Amino acid sequence: MIDRFVAQRLGFALLILTALVVIMPILFVVGIIVAWGASAVNWEFLSAMPSDGMKAGGIFPTIIGTLLLMLGTAMASIPVGVGGAIYLAEYARDTWLTRAIRLAIVNLAGIPSVVYGLFGLGLFVLFLQFGTSIAAGALTLAIMTIPVIISTAEEALRAVPTEFRTIIASLGGTRWQGIQRVVLPQALPGIITGIILGLLRAAGETAPILFTVAAFYLPRLPQSPFDPTMALPYHLYVISTQVPGMPLEVQYGTALVLLTLVLSMNLVATVIRSYFRRRRQW
Amino acid sequence: MPTNQGKRGTFARITRALTSLVTLCSGMTPLSEAMTQTDKSGVSRTRWVEFAIEGAIRLLGFSTIGFVLLIFLFLLREGLPIFYEVPLGNLFGTRWYPTFDLFGTLPLILGSILVTVTAIVIALPLGVATAVFVSEIAPHWAREVLKPMIEVLAGIPSVVLGFFGMHFVAPVIRSILGAPTGLTVFAGALILAYMALPTIISVAEDALDTVPKSYRDAGLAMGATQWQTIWKVVVPAARSGILMAVMLGMGRAIGETMAVMMVTGNAARVPLSLDSLFRPARTMTATIAAEMGEVAQGSTHYHALFGIGIILFLLTFLINLTAASAIFHKRRRGGLR
Repeated sequence: MIDRFVAQRLGFALLILTALVVIMPILFVVGIIVAWGASAVNWEFLSAMPSDGMKAGGIFPTIIGTLLLMLGTAMASIPVGVGGAIYLAEYARDTWLTRAIRLAIVNLAGIPSVVYGLFGLGLFVLFLQFGTSIAAGALTLAIMTIPVIISTAEEALRAVPTEFRTIIASLGGTRWQGIQRVVLPQALPGIITGIILGLLRAAGETAPILFTVAAFYLPRLPQSPFDPTMALPYHLYVISTQVPGMPLEVQYGTALVLLTLVLSMNLVATVIRSYFRRRRQW
Repeated sequence: MPTNQGKRGTFARITRALTSLVTLCSGMTPLSEAMTQTDKSGVSRTRWVEFAIEGAIRLLGFSTIGFVLLIFLFLLREGLPIFYEVPLGNLFGTRWYPTFDLFGTLPLILGSILVTVTAIVIALPLGVATAVFVSEIAPHWAREVLKPMIEVLAGIPSVVLGFFGMHFVAPVIRSILGAPTGLTVFAGALILAYMALPTIISVAEDALDTVPKSYRDAGLAMGATQWQTIWKVVVPAARSGILMAVMLGMGRAIGETMAVMMVTGNAARVPLSLDSLFRPARTMTATIAAEMGEVAQGSTHYHALFGIGIILFLLTFLINLTAASAIFHKRRRGGLR
């Protein structure tokens, strides 16, 4: 039997090795996509319409499409998400109903993205007759984003000390006045972080927009919320699997643009969180 | 809470509530002023605002239940017809050839299970070891490097990982195996394992963090090394949380669509032996995503795809229910805090 301190040494070395096994591929994926995509990305690639069956030109409409989808998702999911979080953190008592809400949130977060796509197709596209459109896709993505926003925002609200609320109450303020003027502003950085994290997940999703928004090839900009549009993640899927003879450079370039969009949002969220955590007085 | 308001029309109530909401929000009355309004209208205005806002927030809180029900309702609406359009024997048969009216979902269900289980077998040791490393022995700087990296991994869109899998993982696997294609269960599981890792690591790490320091002190005081304490005391104490991490990771893996569709090869055949790991397979999610675009609305095939959606919904519901009951159980017990 080996000495237990030697065993500990070996064990720790093994743990360090596993941590490396976890992070090396991440660096590798990001590194490869940056290295191979960088040569394709230039101003024309970002600002021009695709041409020659998407093999040439740019990816402008896909970027605009994704931004519009995110805007719609934000408009629909932020009020519901933040409102739901305020309810859970500030109003809800521990009843079976509250527990049912929590269960619903856990389940919403766990429903496969492609099932959201089916739901969006069934409700928004067909039943409400939006057609394949930005509105249908944004609403589908919004329902998917809501649980992320609710759980992070609730955590941020709960982090605000109870004393703040009791002080407002002792000054004669109502519960909503306390929330509006003290609790919400204090929790805002955390809430914004949650919103960004939810939206960035929505921005990268492909499956929910497959049958609700996405246009395979549509070299013009959408004119109304009820128009279909191209979108970055779907475009990457299309050009990497559905179009034969697609130049590799264009594929990597598209992947790079999508990755940059998502990771820069991630970075913004991280910066906001750490900045305000350091500045927090309580 | 005002009780005598019921007599007025609902419309008037809503209008009043909205007007007062707008006045309060746009007026930006300083807190002290709003609180010291003692004249009748001021008090009733505050009360009205309070009432309306509380109602609205309550509604938003309950809406999540509505969404879950709505999703299930629409899946049933579009998917239930398949159960009387196609005999059950066909539906759970072994052959999925919709063009020949063969809707056997067995290969798809088994495909999903095989890919998911393989992914978890890969991700579980990696995830738990990384969580132990981060929470127990990593120096501060290593933690500061690791955690953002794992968040980056969580943020990479699945279509990007699938793209990478197609261009890198699959060719590498093909050249190692000398197989005709690298787009196999194993390639998909590898990608899925990394997609499940952020969930597993963060939940397991939370579980390890809730183990009281006194447990560790007791282990060390008994003369155990830190290594022994971690595996004989701390990890067993956190096992319910680690189990939950695995469940949530599994839920994430089974519902993953794009990466799996791009990497596993999409051959709908029943995986029978171990070498199926290195053959193409097709999952439920990939089937829906790949075929929904080309079916006629209202056709049997269309209903069948929604039927698969129902199976997926129920499966993830079950997995998450199990994970959630672990949370609630822990909460009721007061946890280990």
